[in-house]
Amino acid sequence: MSKVKSLEDLKRVREEALKKQAAKNTASKIQIIIGMGTVGIVAGARETLKAILDFIEQEKLQDISVRQTSNIGMDSWEPIIQIVVGDKPKVSYGKVTTQIAQQIMQEHVVDGNIVKEYVIEIQ
Amino acid sequence: MTFFRSHILVSIDPECQAKGAYQIIDALNDELVAQGLIGEVQVLETSRIGDPAAYGPDIMVYPEGVHYVKLTKDDIHNLVKEHFLKGRAVEKFLVEQAAKSDDELGPPKPKEVRVVLRNCGVIDPCNIEDYIAVDGYMALAKSISELTPEEVIDTVLKSGLRGRGGAGFPTGRKWQFASGSKGSPKYIICNADEGDPGAFMNRRVLESDPHAVIEGMAIAAYAIGSSQGYIYCRAEYPEAVRTLRIAIKQAREFGLLGSNILGSDFSFDLEVRMGAGAFVCGEETALMASIEGKRGEPRTRPPFPAVKGLWNQPTNINNVETYATVPQVILKGAEWFASMGTEHSKGTKTFALAGDVNNTGLIEVPMGITLREIIFEVGGGIKNGKNFKAIQTGGPMGGCLPASDLDLPVDYESLSQAGSMMGSGGMIVMDEETCMVDIARFFMEFTQEESCGKCVPCRVGTRRLLEILTDICDGKGKAGDIETLEMLCKQIKQDSLCGLGQGAPNPVESTLKHFRDEYEAHIFEKRCPAKVCRAMIRYEILEDACTGCTVCARNCPVDAITGERRQTHTIDPDMCVRCGICLQVCNFNAVTIN
Repeated sequence: MSKVKSLEDLKRVREEALKKQAAKNTASKIQIIIGMGTVGIVAGARETLKAILDFIEQEKLQDISVRQTSNIGMDSWEPIIQIVVGDKPKVSYGKVTTQIAQQIMQEHVVDGNIVKEYVIEIQ
Repeated sequence: MTFFRSHILVSIDPECQAKGAYQIIDALNDELVAQGLIGEVQVLETSRIGDPAAYGPDIMVYPEGVHYVKLTKDDIHNLVKEHFLKGRAVEKFLVEQAAKSDDELGPPKPKEVRVVLRNCGVIDPCNIEDYIAVDGYMALAKSISELTPEEVIDTVLKSGLRGRGGAGFPTGRKWQFASGSKGSPKYIICNADEGDPGAFMNRRVLESDPHAVIEGMAIAAYAIGSSQGYIYCRAEYPEAVRTLRIAIKQAREFGLLGSNILGSDFSFDLEVRMGAGAFVCGEETALMASIEGKRGEPRTRPPFPAVKGLWNQPTNINNVETYATVPQVILKGAEWFASMGTEHSKGTKTFALAGDVNNTGLIEVPMGITLREIIFEVGGGIKNGKNFKAIQTGGPMGGCLPASDLDLPVDYESLSQAGSMMGSGGMIVMDEETCMVDIARFFMEFTQEESCGKCVPCRVGTRRLLEILTDICDGKGKAGDIETLEMLCKQIKQDSLCGLGQGAPNPVESTLKHFRDEYEAHIFEKRCPAKVCRAMIRYEILEDACTGCTVCARNCPVDAITGERRQTHTIDPDMCVRCGICLQVCNFNAVTIN
């Protein structure tokens, strides 16, 4: 089962390996955390998550990681997303619909301005 | 490129495959489709994550870095739902990741240049893809597809790379000899029998970056026309042997070892052989005898291994560090390597810094750096603010260099001229509280024990040296001892066959040269200036400082301390065994050594 039969093969394996290395790089500068408890999912967190992923893909954003967490503990505010940029404090947004998610991504993540009207907590 | 928020790495190690790794991959993909996550989460194959015997089949999930183990395909539905849909880690399959701390190798310190150690602690040694990602095996591919064997040798020759095992023979020249020798098959050997006390540079490379060594050996094999290699690793390094075996297995799976490597005519395979714990087997001819299954004893040279080596065939033998350096020399070019170091000693060298220095551990520095820079800048100075006394370089057969040699550049020639040697890279720093006679005795004890016994000067001579040194340390030294030591050293050096005997007197000779006054104080004044040799010291209690707390008396193992509570205590020198416990337990610094 020799996978590498030529220099080209080796280069291809290297590219794949580099991709995996990038995936391992957990210390992204921008972290987006989405509350995906049962309440969050019912409130539409899946759609919010997809909207965020779409936005990242459209704008080709780099050095960003999207994670899930379970119930954040503020059910009435679901769907909740939290954004951490670098070593700045963690900003939680509530009732984030797909449109609001796109707006937050643009204004907070891209432009660097916190979208005050949807903020529920800044830690 | 699609943005995936999460990646699942599935180990497809052969053992994991046998346990159903591909079924896991299929199940994962099916579930991701079923739960509508397929565009968000990507499944990738990787060669190895954890120990497949204990954990297989296992997967790693990023960006969380969660390791799920012992999965079956029936578990996947719940796992995907819980982890990827709801974002909850499934504890049932989780394995606790032990927090790793690296005592041997910290982040690079000022003046360090990491060439050989660059991947240590950075890549996963059990995953060949990690090595390939950092341009691993590119040098081998370049050699095979773009360079002739002569050009490979020429590059190594021009780089000025010299043997890192200690003797410093130019690596390119060695390859030239082996290449020019008639005879087939030819063999490649890696000397991984690192036996110097306190030295662990090679172990670290083998455990952390085994593929660099394998690649270096394959390049050497291509250069000299060999198709079989052996790594001779000491049995005391089980972890290194284990890592090497995994690495060799993976290299074979990838077709980077075996027949027709990268579609060329070049074939090369490797085997790990374990030593049985004899120090002398680090000597190349003894090492080859040991691989052949014979008693590990050196033989005369010539014929050199390049002419008649393993099984009387032309053999090239280099050290771990030499081989690990080769791929980067090929990849980055001879000029890059030759730009580091001094005129005759190029590149970088790893050292295991030990002893009374603040930052002990592994370092890698460019050749030509001074001992002072190593000790005070890289090593962070002497422990507890004490003064520097001597540094011993080159392992048990190296010499001790005093403070006056601190500005000596570290290269092969300078160290030999000063009466020490480069060796494989052990460095022991000693502070002012070290007795140089005692140190010489310690190293002689080691070499005497490890002498294989073939040559009389080494077998009997080291024994006599040790006896005299022990007498001096015991306060039984007599006039004429120093002269006898000098004569013995000269004869052992002259008349021994291999490096062990030739180097064994070095610690004695160098301490005699630089610290003769300490020998004289021991012999004629019956005094140990560093207050180490037990026969010549007395523990005493200072009347002013003693509070009569009775701690020392209670802790003395031989009841040599007497005194009433709140009264000054005294030590009976005839009963005292000089164990030093009273000094350690006294809270008022009332115990002194005289």
